Amino acid sequence: MTTDTDAADTNGTAAAGTDSNSTAASTTAADGGSGNPAGPRRTAAAAGSTPPAGPHPRLTRRTAAGAAAGLAGFVLLILLPLLNLSLPGVLPGPTYTPGSLQLLAMCMLMAAAALTYHLLLGVAGLLSFGHALYFGAGVYGLAIILQNLDIPLLPAMGLTLLVVIVLAHVVGSISLRVSGIPFAMVTLAFAQAGSVIVGRNPDGTTGGDEGLTLRTDNLPDFLVGVVNTRNLYWLALAVLVVVFVVVTWVESSRAGHLAAAVRENELRVRVLGLQPYLVKLLIFVVSAVLVSIIGMVFLLLQSGAVPRAISADLTITLLVMVVLGGVGSRWGAVIGGIFYTILDQRLTTLANSDAIDALPDILRIPLSEPLFILGTLFILVVLFLPGGLTGAAKRLAQRRNRRGRSTGHDGTGNDSTGPDRTGPDRTGHESTATSREILEESA
Amino acid sequence: MSTVVLLLFTGLGLGALYFLVAAGLSLIYGLMGVLNFAHGAFLTLGAFAGWEVARRAGSDDWWTFLLSLLVGAAAGAAFAAFTEFVLIRRLYQRHIEQLLITLGLSLAAVALFDGIWGTDPVFIQGPAWFKDTTEILGARVPNDRFVCIIAAVLVLLAMVFFLKNTRYGMIIRAGVENRSMVTALGIDVRKAFTLVFTIGGAAAGLGGVLASHYFGYVSPMLGGSLLIFAFIVTVIGGLGSLTGAAIAAVAVAVLQQFANFYLGGTGDFVVVLALALVLLFRPSGLLGRTS
Amino acid sequence: MTAAADARPILRIEGLNAHIAGQQVVEDVTFTVPATGITALLGRNGVGKTSTIKAIIGLIDRTGTVELGGVRIEKEPTFKIIRSGVGYVPEDREVFSKLTVAENLRLAERDDAPRRQLVEELFPDLLARSAQMAGTLSGGQQQMVSLARALLNTNKILLVDEPTKGLAPKIVAEVAETLAEAAKTVPILLVEQNLHVVRQLAEGAVVLSGGRVVHTGSALKFLDDAELTQRLLGVSAEGPAGDSPARDNTARETSGKGAAL
Repeated sequence: MTTDTDAADTNGTAAAGTDSNSTAASTTAADGGSGNPAGPRRTAAAAGSTPPAGPHPRLTRRTAAGAAAGLAGFVLLILLPLLNLSLPGVLPGPTYTPGSLQLLAMCMLMAAAALTYHLLLGVAGLLSFGHALYFGAGVYGLAIILQNLDIPLLPAMGLTLLVVIVLAHVVGSISLRVSGIPFAMVTLAFAQAGSVIVGRNPDGTTGGDEGLTLRTDNLPDFLVGVVNTRNLYWLALAVLVVVFVVVTWVESSRAGHLAAAVRENELRVRVLGLQPYLVKLLIFVVSAVLVSIIGMVFLLLQSGAVPRAISADLTITLLVMVVLGGVGSRWGAVIGGIFYTILDQRLTTLANSDAIDALPDILRIPLSEPLFILGTLFILVVLFLPGGLTGAAKRLAQRRNRRGRSTGHDGTGNDSTGPDRTGPDRTGHESTATSREILEESA
Repeated sequence: MSTVVLLLFTGLGLGALYFLVAAGLSLIYGLMGVLNFAHGAFLTLGAFAGWEVARRAGSDDWWTFLLSLLVGAAAGAAFAAFTEFVLIRRLYQRHIEQLLITLGLSLAAVALFDGIWGTDPVFIQGPAWFKDTTEILGARVPNDRFVCIIAAVLVLLAMVFFLKNTRYGMIIRAGVENRSMVTALGIDVRKAFTLVFTIGGAAAGLGGVLASHYFGYVSPMLGGSLLIFAFIVTVIGGLGSLTGAAIAAVAVAVLQQFANFYLGGTGDFVVVLALALVLLFRPSGLLGRTS
Repeated sequence: MTAAADARPILRIEGLNAHIAGQQVVEDVTFTVPATGITALLGRNGVGKTSTIKAIIGLIDRTGTVELGGVRIEKEPTFKIIRSGVGYVPEDREVFSKLTVAENLRLAERDDAPRRQLVEELFPDLLARSAQMAGTLSGGQQQMVSLARALLNTNKILLVDEPTKGLAPKIVAEVAETLAEAAKTVPILLVEQNLHVVRQLAEGAVVLSGGRVVHTGSALKFLDDAELTQRLLGVSAEGPAGDSPARDNTARETSGKGAAL
């Protein structure tokens, strides 16, 4: 619509004419900035998402193939302790050896822990710096109970869970009074208090810097000893699967959608008369409970509790895993967790190798510090790889797809605002579709 | 009585250190919305730089100490300016990513310090006077406490003077209140960002040298442990408020000392409890914007 | 102003789009502002008037063409756009409440020889209150500070966003007078809900609806067309214009989207 001031009169009348025609039709009045999707304000995210292409035979076949591959992979993971596979450079030995199984089990647990962090950050948009508190509560809670009470493993785990539920409610209900970066600081402070208590070793219960060795008297035999590492591996794998299922379920539940809506636009949720606070608290507690269970299995796997399990460093590690994998993606969290754990282990081995020792100081010092390399890698990912590993993979796949069908059947012309520009938040929060749905439903 | 006085001065000394870290954190957050996890690394670098000066000079007189303060502050300032200019600036307005960058930087920096100076604490010598005590109302207060307190007060006064009486100080105060309006007056607020980072880094570096004398050693973990209390101080004081940071720093540290002595080493716990109370009754902090 | 300057618009906007947090708030907006006089930017609440102004100076992310005096500025950061000769008086004044009046003004000075004298003549009240915190001023006084910040410098254009919002009738008249005075030397793009003020000041009018331009032309002719103003602004210009705030709450029965279809 051009607007030459001279010609504007006629121009304006014409425009006004069309406007009057539409008056009867659209009575929704979207001019309140409230983002009515029927009005002219489309969300960029919605515009950027791929248009519904309808049922596509090739696509369904591909999904089926993917499911089959996934199943095969899962079966392989179950069978791993019975196989003699070698992955030089990744695993310290063949897959049936306790060393490799220990590392793999650790990968599973860290991936599961990253998933619970994804529930906080990716789903509810809560940047918590105190997640280690609940992991540590699981580790130390179970260790202390097994140490001091003469009860079997399962009741001990139940008791620990009870403590964690109370703790998560108290800390969550206070911390959630603020949001955003102050929330990060406050959760950090609470976790630090926990870490300090463990370090102080009150009445010798926590073992201070030394930590606690797991008392195995009341444990079932199949979970004790190096020969049973494969059982612990299976347990860790089961934990990962259960956590994945629960997280998926929470994400797709009403509470999950509401949490996503809160993340997108808290004010709107509040205007609709819904309770963002309670939803956030629910997610916070669920995530804490899950990670404490992971912590308990971690205790069994490590046969001991160490202060690192409750330190801010652990939370930061989880955050790094989630960001490396791609914020907002469940598989991203899993991949990030596994990738980080293996890389950390490999870099530590590398740091102690002769090849590094022979280097001049300026190379030797940075290369012999795994955290230096991981920290630098993390910075590079945040700077240059928005959406993390899964985001990069998705972009690659999309580019290949687009090249495949260069004729391009979507006439929306939205490619410029394409997939990697979903609004101002580059941490990769994807589709607002579900959250919008729930908003409309509630309205 | 003498115990109370001793605890008070020890608390004030520690509060001075908290303030030197929290001042920069609070200004950076207030102006830019960046929660700077690398601030502890600025402090640690300052501490090591100061220690290197003392070691190379091979003496522990006052001149060496003053030089180490200067070098420590300069090292912290340079590291901070580098952080803002090279890393933070690329992610203008993306607060979460900026936070992540500072987090990655603190991981990498602490690991690098580990590699260069080792993970064990290195012990440090100051002028002999530091070891002496001064008697106040029957309490024998170690002299290094006074050095910390005096240095922090001087830094506070200098910062207030700068903020009140210079054009950049005015820009920073205005930017803390409404950053986009500052740019809408034709002011390049990014220069103020670099400046705030540099000032905050200098204060942290200075704090690092002082902290190494207060605790008697330097270690790569020094910054991280002070940083968490500095976070608590900034939240209690009100994000973006320099005066709030000063008041909260003293309150937190004194409370911590008294609780540690009278309540059986529960200082850290009491501090977190105080934080919870402030959040329950005044979520924006003591001197924060009430919105 | 020479005749040549009259012929060429000072500000040309073409295909301007802007987003806030993923929401499109300005959609394909195209209009020009002549090099003299006051041009009113009109429309109901929330149609994107303020967003358009903010998009022009880059306070929100935007795409499209923005030309100031023939120079493309849409890629420039806000502070450079302002320095190239734009005076901005934001909605809700946005004075720095914890800075004194004098500091607010000093912060705004960007010319080598800011026109302090002019500002002191226009707003003698501010001189008396120069040491007072701007946050303690009345709404009208804050608006004076906000206007003064823009008038201190030599500008190619002033962007003035709802300067009379929430002010008493007497103050509204003062603000209008100030704008009329300023308009003698600099063109103004004025967002204004008070149609009485628009009628008094504006020569041209650009009307937005649903983030789009739906009408441009002479301000007077537009306001005289009761049916058109009723439809596009939801208010009758013939009514008790003055400073009735009721307009803000009038029914929003139409959506401007239709005009674009």
